[in-house]
Amino acid sequence: MSRIHDMGGRYGDGVIHPEPQDAPIFAQDWHARALALTLACGALGQWNIDMSRHARECLSPSDYMNFGYYEKWLAALADLLVAQGVLSRADLSAVSDTPDTIHPLAARHLPAARVAAVLAAGGPADRDSTVAARYQPGDIVRTRLSGNRSVDGGHTRLPTYASHAEGRILRLHGSHVFPDSNAHDQGEAPEPLYAVVFQAQALWPQAEHPGDEVVLDLWQSYLEPVST
Amino acid sequence: MHHDLKLDTAGGETPAFNMPHDDPDHPHSLLPSEPALRVKALETILTRKGLIDPAALDAIIDTYENKIGPQNGARVVARAWHDPAFRAALLQDADAILDEMGLNGRQGEHVVVVENTPERHNMVVCTLCSCYPWPLLGIPPGWYKSDAYRARAVREPRKVLAEFGVTLPDETAVRVWDSTAEVRYLVLPMRPEGTEGWSEDALVALVGRDSMIGTALATPASEAPA
Repeated sequence: MSRIHDMGGRYGDGVIHPEPQDAPIFAQDWHARALALTLACGALGQWNIDMSRHARECLSPSDYMNFGYYEKWLAALADLLVAQGVLSRADLSAVSDTPDTIHPLAARHLPAARVAAVLAAGGPADRDSTVAARYQPGDIVRTRLSGNRSVDGGHTRLPTYASHAEGRILRLHGSHVFPDSNAHDQGEAPEPLYAVVFQAQALWPQAEHPGDEVVLDLWQSYLEPVST
Repeated sequence: MHHDLKLDTAGGETPAFNMPHDDPDHPHSLLPSEPALRVKALETILTRKGLIDPAALDAIIDTYENKIGPQNGARVVARAWHDPAFRAALLQDADAILDEMGLNGRQGEHVVVVENTPERHNMVVCTLCSCYPWPLLGIPPGWYKSDAYRARAVREPRKVLAEFGVTLPDETAVRVWDSTAEVRYLVLPMRPEGTEGWSEDALVALVGRDSMIGTALATPASEAPA
C-alpha cells in the first residue's frame, strides 16, 4: 500500500557517494532552472506544498526510479499545472510560433523584484487549532498503520517503516497543517505535531546498535496511546 | 484584490485538487523527454502566457547560488560555540534567534537545533522527500537527496557514517532525525578540541556543511583552513 517515495529502511541501494563539500550547488544549469521554475510557479497560488509533494509521489514507480531529482520536480510541475487547470495538455504539446494570449493568472506571477521578500517570508505551517494536545513529553504512544485515511492512496507523512511502532513523545511542536488533508483540498485541519523518538530496535529486526534511536515528526492522528 | 504572494505555501486557498492519482498517461510525457529541453520548453510556454518572469528565475537561482548557503548555518554554530548564553537560547527556541539574525524563510520556517555530545550524535535525513533547512544550509547536496541516503540513514546510520569517514565510539548513541513535517533540524556539532580562545570568525572556518547535517564532525583545529 506504500508509494515508491516511501523508501526509509529499504535494502539494495548500495553505497553513498558524497560529492565534495565545495561541489557546485547545481550540477547542471537546467537543475537550477527547474528549481527556480517550480518555485516561481508555486507563487501562482494554485497548489500548496503538500499537493506538490503528492504530485511527485504520484509519478509512476518506473519514472520515479529512472528520473533524477530535478526531473521529478519538472515532471510533477507539468502534471500539477495541468491537473490544476493552469495549462492544458495541448499547451504542453507544442510551443506555438504565434504570440500567446496573456493567461488569466498572469497578474499573480512572481516578479523579480519580489523574489527576495517571498523567499524570506516562506510559508509557515503552524496554526491555531481547536484540537487539544492529547500527549505530553514522556508519554508512550504507538503509531497507526501508515496510509491516508480519507483518500485511498493519498498523501501521508507517516513512513511505512514507522507503522505500528511504539515510541515516546519527545516534544510538542504546536499545531501544524495536516498534510493528509491539505494535499487533497480538504482543508488545513491543523492538529498537534510531535517529535516522537523510537528505539532503533522498535523499528528494525537487526538494529545496528542498542542505544540508537530514530525521531520522526508525527501528527496526533498518526498516534494511539499505549497504557503503561 | 489583495493577495499575498507566496510560493507553494503550507496552506491557504487553492482550487480543488484534481490530480489524477495514477493516470498512466501523465501530462509531463507531452514535453520533450530530454530534461534540459524539457525545462526550456516549460519555461517558454509559461513565459509566453505571462505566468512567469524569467528574471525572477534568475533572482531565485542567484539567491541560492550566492546568498544563502552553509555559511549561514556556520555562523550560527560558531556563535553557539563562542557564546554560552546564545547557545542555550538557540537550543531552547531556535526560531526566535534565527528571526533576529534574519536566517528564517522558505524551508526554514520552523527550526530545531540539536546538539551533539560525547553521549549522543545527531544526524538528519528526509526519507520521504528532501526536507532540509534552506535558510541555514542552502540547497541540499545530491547525496542528501539520493535514494541510498534516504533509504539507509534510518536503518544503518553507522554504516552510512563510515562511508563519510566518520566512526563513532560505542558509547556514543546515534539519534537520526527523519524530517517528516515542516520542522527543519540543524545539528550543532561538538566544538573541536584545542580551540579555546578562538574568535567566532576563526571558529566559522571549522564548520563544514556536512557537520550540520550530522554526516561529518567539525574540522579539527589542526586542519583549519589557512
